[in-house]
Amino acid sequence: MAYDTNFTGQKFKVVGTRPLRPDGLDKVTGRARYGADVSAPGQLVGRVLRSPHAHAKIVKIDTSKAEKLPGVKAVITSADLPDLTNGDAGMYDILVNCMARGKALYDGHAVAAVAAVDAATARKALKLINVEYKVLPHVTDVDEAVKPGAPVLHSKMFTDGVEPKPTKASNVAKRTEFGHGDVEQGFKEADVIVERSFKTEQTHQGYIEPHACLANLGSDGQGEMWVCTQGHFVYRNTCATLLGLDAAKLRVTASEIGGGFGGKTHVWAEPLALALSRKANRPVKLVMTRDEVFKASGPTSSTSIDVKIGATKDGRITAATATLRYQGGPFLGMWAELGAMTSYACYDLKNVKTVGYEVVVNRPKVAAYRAPSAPMAAFAVESVVDELAHKIGMDAVAFRIKNAAKEGTKSSYGPTYGPIGIGPTLEAAKNHPHMKAPLKKNQGRGMACGFWFNFGGQTSTSLNVTPDGSVNVSVGTIDVGGSRASMALIAAEELGVPYENVRCVVADTSSLGHNDMSDGSRVTFSSGMNTVIAARNAKKVLIQRAAKMWDIPEDAVTWEDGHAKPAGANAGNFPPLSLKEIAAAAANTGGPIAGHNEFVADGAGVSFATHICDVELDPETGATKIIRYTVIQDAGKAIHPSYVEGQYQGGAAQGIGWALNEEYVYGKDGRLQNAGYLDYRIPVCSDLPMIDTVILEIPNPNHPYGVRGVGETSIVPPLAAIANAVSNAAGVRMTHIPMSPPRILKALDDQAKAKAKAA
Amino acid sequence: MAGVHVSTTVNGDPAEFVCDPDEPLLDVLRNRLGLTGAKEGCGTGDCGACSVTVDGELVCSCLVLGAEVEGRKIETIEGMADGDKLHPLQRKFIEHAALQCGICTPGFLIAARALLKKNANPTEEEIRFGLAGNLCRCTGYDKIVRAVQDAAREMRGA
Repeated sequence: MAYDTNFTGQKFKVVGTRPLRPDGLDKVTGRARYGADVSAPGQLVGRVLRSPHAHAKIVKIDTSKAEKLPGVKAVITSADLPDLTNGDAGMYDILVNCMARGKALYDGHAVAAVAAVDAATARKALKLINVEYKVLPHVTDVDEAVKPGAPVLHSKMFTDGVEPKPTKASNVAKRTEFGHGDVEQGFKEADVIVERSFKTEQTHQGYIEPHACLANLGSDGQGEMWVCTQGHFVYRNTCATLLGLDAAKLRVTASEIGGGFGGKTHVWAEPLALALSRKANRPVKLVMTRDEVFKASGPTSSTSIDVKIGATKDGRITAATATLRYQGGPFLGMWAELGAMTSYACYDLKNVKTVGYEVVVNRPKVAAYRAPSAPMAAFAVESVVDELAHKIGMDAVAFRIKNAAKEGTKSSYGPTYGPIGIGPTLEAAKNHPHMKAPLKKNQGRGMACGFWFNFGGQTSTSLNVTPDGSVNVSVGTIDVGGSRASMALIAAEELGVPYENVRCVVADTSSLGHNDMSDGSRVTFSSGMNTVIAARNAKKVLIQRAAKMWDIPEDAVTWEDGHAKPAGANAGNFPPLSLKEIAAAAANTGGPIAGHNEFVADGAGVSFATHICDVELDPETGATKIIRYTVIQDAGKAIHPSYVEGQYQGGAAQGIGWALNEEYVYGKDGRLQNAGYLDYRIPVCSDLPMIDTVILEIPNPNHPYGVRGVGETSIVPPLAAIANAVSNAAGVRMTHIPMSPPRILKALDDQAKAKAKAA
Repeated sequence: MAGVHVSTTVNGDPAEFVCDPDEPLLDVLRNRLGLTGAKEGCGTGDCGACSVTVDGELVCSCLVLGAEVEGRKIETIEGMADGDKLHPLQRKFIEHAALQCGICTPGFLIAARALLKKNANPTEEEIRFGLAGNLCRCTGYDKIVRAVQDAAREMRGA
């Protein structure tokens, strides 16, 4: 069906209001069902045995004792998961990550799994599995991994993207490059050049709900899975491939999701639960422990980044480069590539070049974490931008405004921008009272900008008008932060019915066509646009039915305020028919009334943010306290502003944890030292101030309501904004994230020593 | 392992169960009594998602043994509303959009109720420290603090 998805500037009646969310009652009463909250008759408990070694050859696995333990119903190893990936390298990596094949690649890598009648028996069974390892040299640091002589993880990994292709295996999986112009020439034109190297440590998304699923797979190849996921269709497709099933025969139902932030875009133990269920002929519930979540799900990369930027005295950037090394765990990722693409996306640059290196190390397989890769690149670039502004004596905001990208700018990663929000967020920052508030002793202010692409993607949506005139919207995109409320608002807006008359549900994989997962800030953009189209399609049907009821031609009927009306005086003199009245008559006018749409949502609008942050530093302890924080971000259009604010605040809070404290700590033995919330400390309520938000709305021309997507950009500026604030407070440039008290003390100490030496 | 027989009260109703001596109260609530409102986020008392009260005292139910609650009064999120009348905290959490994914919400509500029982008029700082045992990864806590402030105001009749 033909449809127009361009922004029209229509006036809204309900979009932009703040009604109560439809899943609110269930979530405040404990009724909402998450991954671990559902059980099946006869279910078994699944548990996974994991490698204690960072890198080890698996010589032999003896499961015989475990199999004999009463109550154990199935034991699996990689032998139970034959390679069915048919040459798909990415899928093969997923298979290897789900269960080690011949070699354990990180501390926590799965080597076997059991299903037993209860948790105690399953735990006992794991202890009875005898794995003989030959421990190999390991490497966990991204810089160490690229040095000559580093232990090589894969004997057949020859760096991709380099000409001529290397003949020697290394831990550099791939090289990518972006940019335009002539950076050498650009640096020659610069009056001032700043060059620095930065490091960021590995962090975890830290969703409070561990991965959980209930799998039921029969010997007839038909199965069902209840699972917490950001993409149940993607989980279905992946699990079907790995287990040799027809995708249509595996029905996956998404539970409520207790946070994901990218970490639930990827299967971890779900294929194991299905394989255990198939072998045991019983349903298997498999819930990860927190320790397992840290060790064996998908944190984000640790990185090492070199940045060089040159500018003229009057504040124009003449050239900018970045070299970015991101580790992806033991497998090829696209993480450095995304870092290289996003590094300079905020700026209008004549000469720019970024190079990314995908590095493999003995750490867990990296997964997306909210605007994956962009926060680290922004930290490095925005730190140097700040320093450069300072060196040429320009205000940091004014310097950025002078160099900001705008409509028509060729971005550093290729495309030419349409209307964008970087300039407006900077202007809003400049004029915000936060920028002018006085600071006290040991306090510092920092600001920084951030960018994220936002995604579109495959989307299938179904809207059904029930006989009583209430409306059901079935979407295939997981609701991670209130999107069901947004979809109901959109359907209500289009049909002209009250928000309360619409109920939006996330349908299972057998009820809709394929939907890509809830990632890339795509849900309100893609499913939202699809809900607009589905509602408009339903409206066409409603008009047809009204025409039939009045016995006049369809084109003599229009839709207004939830009613069919005669288009003009010539059409006839009929009182308006409400949606409810038309729905009630549906059985006699052609049957159920519905609107559907399937498409690839195209034209996602890029998104920018500027953050301002004040910190207070305790020079004795090196502890940093965030005392004020302001997020300014372009939403395109805020469908439900409360949940847009929530995304802004949540991203900032995660960024604050990352900037100041969160860090994977590996021992010399290659084992993770802090796989729990006590030692991997995420921000708690008393660590944070209120987080102020400013929503700007620069419409995305490719969405009927102007929506861009809001979920991810908010985590991009914090590392840099806080680093700039801490650097201003400390009087020394901070180059290593997190800026934990020991690192800050060391920086202060080094500075004092340098000063003493100079004096 | 021989089971332990326990008689207790959950949300005002008598409850009996047999549990393993080393079985956490959280597992009893979720797996034996069918009360899945309390969540396991960590199993080590660090996240507060499993918060319940035992004889009015706020606890992480993952750190209490089922065998310890003989004769005691347990209150969980399932008992927080009075029939169809939500507790003011529950209502304010929805109104202030103080939840996104909602997995931490039951724990926050139980902890916030315990806080307001001890201190009906807490400052922002007292709320922040009072709820520091509960982790939320979605909201940045801003809207949670505001919801608790608003509920406290309403409960005081201010």
